[in-house]
Amino acid sequence: MTLDPKIPSGPLSDKWDRHRFDSKLVSPANRRKHTVIIVGTGLAGASAAASLGELGYNVLSFCIHDSPRRAHSIAAQGGINAAKNYQNDGDSIYRLFYDTIKGGDYRSREANVYRLAQTSVNIIDQCVAQGVPFAREYGGQLDNRSFGGAQVSRTFYARGQTGQQLLLGAYQSMMRQVAKGSVTMFAQREMLDVVLIDGKARGIICRNLVTGQLERYVADAVCLATGGYGTAYYLSTNAINSNVTAAWRAHKRGAYFANPCFTQIHPTCIPVSGDDQSKLTLMSESLRNDGRVWVPKNAGDKRPASEIPEAERDYYLERKYPSFGNLVPRDVASRNSKAVCDEGRGVGDSGLAVFLDFQNAIDRLGHATVAGRYGNLFDMYKKITDEDPYTVPMRIYPAIHYTMGGLWVDYNLMSTVPGLHVLGEANFSDHGANRLGASALMQGLADGYFVIPYTLAHYIASTPVEKATTDHAAFAESEDNVQSRIDRLLSVKGSKTPRALHRELGHLLWDEVGMSRTEAGLKRALARIPELREEFWQNVSVPGDANNLNKNLEYAGRVADYLEFGELLALDALHRTESCGGHFREESQTPDGEAKRDDDHFAYAAAWEFQGVGKTHELHKEQFVFENVKPTQRSYK
Amino acid sequence: MNVHLKVWRQAGPAAPGGLVDYTATGVSADMSFLEMLDSVNETLIARGEDPIAFASDCREGICGTFGVMVDGRPHGPDPCTTVCQLHMRRYNDGDTIVIEPWQARAFPLIKDLVVDRTAFDTIIQAGGYTSVNTGGAQDANAILIPKTVADEAMDSAQCIGCGACVAGCKNASAALFTSAKITHLSLLPQGQMEAPTRVVAMIEAMDTSGFGGCSNEGECEAVCPKGISLKNIATMNREYRKALFANR
Ligand SMILES: Cc1cc2nc3c(=O)[nH]c(=O)nc-3n(C[C@H](O)[C@H](O)[C@H](O)COP(=O)(O)OP(=O)(O)OC[C@H]3O[C@@H](n4cnc5c(N)ncnc54)[C@H](O)[C@@H]3O)c2cc1C
Repeated sequence: MTLDPKIPSGPLSDKWDRHRFDSKLVSPANRRKHTVIIVGTGLAGASAAASLGELGYNVLSFCIHDSPRRAHSIAAQGGINAAKNYQNDGDSIYRLFYDTIKGGDYRSREANVYRLAQTSVNIIDQCVAQGVPFAREYGGQLDNRSFGGAQVSRTFYARGQTGQQLLLGAYQSMMRQVAKGSVTMFAQREMLDVVLIDGKARGIICRNLVTGQLERYVADAVCLATGGYGTAYYLSTNAINSNVTAAWRAHKRGAYFANPCFTQIHPTCIPVSGDDQSKLTLMSESLRNDGRVWVPKNAGDKRPASEIPEAERDYYLERKYPSFGNLVPRDVASRNSKAVCDEGRGVGDSGLAVFLDFQNAIDRLGHATVAGRYGNLFDMYKKITDEDPYTVPMRIYPAIHYTMGGLWVDYNLMSTVPGLHVLGEANFSDHGANRLGASALMQGLADGYFVIPYTLAHYIASTPVEKATTDHAAFAESEDNVQSRIDRLLSVKGSKTPRALHRELGHLLWDEVGMSRTEAGLKRALARIPELREEFWQNVSVPGDANNLNKNLEYAGRVADYLEFGELLALDALHRTESCGGHFREESQTPDGEAKRDDDHFAYAAAWEFQGVGKTHELHKEQFVFENVKPTQRSYK
Repeated sequence: MNVHLKVWRQAGPAAPGGLVDYTATGVSADMSFLEMLDSVNETLIARGEDPIAFASDCREGICGTFGVMVDGRPHGPDPCTTVCQLHMRRYNDGDTIVIEPWQARAFPLIKDLVVDRTAFDTIIQAGGYTSVNTGGAQDANAILIPKTVADEAMDSAQCIGCGACVAGCKNASAALFTSAKITHLSLLPQGQMEAPTRVVAMIEAMDTSGFGGCSNEGECEAVCPKGISLKNIATMNREYRKALFANR
C-alpha cells in the first residue's frame, strides 16, 4: 500500500481554505442520521465531541475515567500557543509554522503544520468565548509569555493550570450537547477493539469497567483521541492510566503506527527518589524563563548549592547556547542534563539531577513577583521534595513526557483504516521529531474544534456505508477476540504483578530507548522485550474476576500491550540511524555533540504495518516534501 | 517505617462492607500516600488476593480522581492538599490510618474506595457552560476583563470536582462545587447573559441528584484541597435571588 497523505495542492497558505471548499458537506437534516464514535475525552476528543454534536451528528463519546473531565489533558500546566501577535513582537502565522517545523527537526508535514498555525488563532477566540479564565494584563487584555524554545511571547495561560481550564471549557461544551441529546456519554468504558466491516471502521468493543461486561457500539465512523504512549516507560509525567491500548488494538486491525521512536523527554521534572515511585512530576517549562540551570564545575562536588561559589558553577546552557540560553528546546536541554550528569557533575543523592535556580530572579523581581508567576509550582515542588525552592535551588532531571509518534494519519486525520480518524497526541502528525512547549494543547484543540468537523463530514458524505447493527458477524468476532485475551490474563495465575513487569519494561526502555540510543543498546532491548513478554504470559498475577471493577485486570491488559508495542518502539529507533529531535542516536552526532540529521536517507515518516505479535513489522515510508522551508541543521547557539 | 491501615472493603454496592486491617511495611518518607497503597496492593496481588480498589490518575492533585477519607477527614490532614499529594513523611512509624470512601447518597459506592460521582456531570449539564458553538467567536481581545476579575474567576474555576466538599459536609451538599462553577461564569461577561437561567437550572439539578441542602457551616471550604472559598456559595445565593426576582 502506498501512503497518500492527501495534501491539497496550491500555495501553502491557501491549502486549507481550498480543501475546505473542495470537501463535501453533510446537510444539516441528514447529520442526525450519522453516528460517530469518539474514543477519548481529552482536549482532542472533548472538543471534537462538542463540535460534532453542535453540528447535529449523533455522537457517542467514551472514556476510561469516571468523568470525561478527568482526561490526562487536565494536567497540562504551562500554556497554549497561538499566532495572535498580541505582543507586537514579530509573531505571525508563518513564524509559528516555521518554528514548529524547525522545532520538530524537519520531520513533519508542511501542510499540516501550517494549518495548525492558522487555526491556532481561532482556538483562543473559542476558548475565551467559553469563559476560559486566561491570565490578563491590568488593561484587561490577554497576557502572554514566552515558552520553551520560542523567541516571541505567544503562549496563553491560566496560572499553572492551562490544561485544566481548556479541558473544562471543552468538557462543558460537550456537557451542553449531552443535555441536548446530541452527545451520549459512556464513561468508565475501555475500548479494546475496533470493528471493521468491509474494511471500514464501523464500531468498537468496550469493556464496561464497572460491570465488566463487554459492549458493542456501531457507527458510521470512529475517531480515536486516546492520548500518547509515554507510560510505556513506566515512570513518566503522564497520568498513570494513560495507555497505548486503544491505538495498539487499532494498529493490529490495520492502522499503521508512525515514528514511535519520536518520544519527548522533558528537561524539568522532579528527579526519581526511589523504587516505589509510581510517576514523575513535571515542573512546568515556564520555570526556565526565570530559573537558571547549573551544576558544579567540578565532578564529584557534593557541597550544598549555597556553599558553591559563583565561580565554581557552570551555567552550561547559557554557556553553550548564548542566544537561547536556558530556553533551548526540550530535547537539547534534556540531553545536556544527561551529559553533565554522565560527567559526574549531577547533584543530589542520586547524582541524577541538575539545579534550577531562582535566586537571581528573586533578587531581580522580588519574592512576590516570583511567587505570582510560579507560586503553585513551588508549592507542588515543596510538597513532593520537602525543600523550599525560594531558598534552595530546585533539583530537576529529564523524564518521558510526550510522544510525537502515533497512528499515521493523512491530511484529513484519517488512518490507513478507512473511517478510522485519529486526533490529538494519539496521531503522529504535527510535531515531527520534537514538540515545542505549549503546542500539544494547540494541536488537540485544532484537531477537535477546527479540523475534524470538516474532514469527517467529507468522509461521511463521500463514503457510502452499508447499514449495519451490532449483530454483524464482525462484532462477534471482535468480541471473542477481546474476551479470549481477558480470559487468558485471568488464567495465568502467576506470582508477578503487572506493575513489577511494567517497571522492568520501563527501565529497559528508559536505558536503551531513552535519551540517547545506540545500535547495541537497541538490539539488547529487542532481544529482551520478547523474553519479558513471555514471562508476563507465564507468570502474571491477576486476581479476581472480569465481571466487576478490577483495576488490576485493566492494568494488566495495558501492560500486555506495552510489551508488544515496546518492540516496535525499539525497532523504529534501530532503523532510524540518524539523530533528529528527541531521537538521538549516538552514532549520528555533530563534532560538538548535537543531533545530526540525515535528510538524504530519513526525511520520511516511518509508518509500520503490523504483521503479527513477535513478527517484524513492515515499513512504509511517507517522504516529506519541503516546498517552503529549507531543512537546515538546527542551531540554538 | 511500618504503618497500620484500616481500609474499607466492600465488594459491591449491595455487598456488606467493613474495615479490614493491613500493614504497610518498609514505607519511606518520600513515598506518596498512593505509593504506600500501591505497595500494599502489590503484596496482595503477588499472593493472588483481590487488591484494594481505588482509582487515581494524575497523582498531581489536578484530575480529581482519587479522594478518600483519611482518619475521618477528606483528603487527610494537610490543608489545601489532595490526598494524592500527601506524603508519608507526614506519618510516624507505627501510626494507624483509617481509609474510607466518600459517603453521600448522591455518590453511590462502586467498590471498596471507589464511588460514582456522575452526579457532578449532571449538575454541569444543567447549565455549567456558555452557550457558544464552535466557530464564529469574536477576537479574544475584544472582550476586556480586568485582571482582578479574571483572577477571581480563576479562583473559582480551579475546582477539581473531587467531591471532598460533599464528603466533608454533614448534609452531603454539593453547594460549594455548584457555586464555584456558577461564580466562575457569572463573573465573566461571556457568562453573564445566561446567569439567571444557569443558576436556577444548576441548583435544581443539584437538588434532584440527591445532594443535601447547605446549612452554611463551612466544612466544605475547610476540606477543599483547592481552597475554594465559601464566598462562592454566597455568590450563588445572591445570583439565585436575583434570578428569581428577574423571573417574577
Ligand atoms: C504534566 C503534563 C503537562 C503538560 N503541559 C502541557 C502544556 O503546558 N502545553 C501543551 O501544549 N501540552 C502540555 N502537555 C501535553 C498535553 O497535555 C497532551 O499532549 C494533551 O493534553 C493530550 O490530549 P489528548 O486529547 O490527545 O489526550 P488525553 O488528554 O490523554 O486524553 C485521552 C483520553 O482518552 C481516553 N482513553 C484512553 N484510552 C482509552 C481506551 N482504551 N478506551 C476509552 N478511552 C480511552 C481517556 O479516558 C481520555 O479521555 C503536558 C503533558 C503532561 C503530561
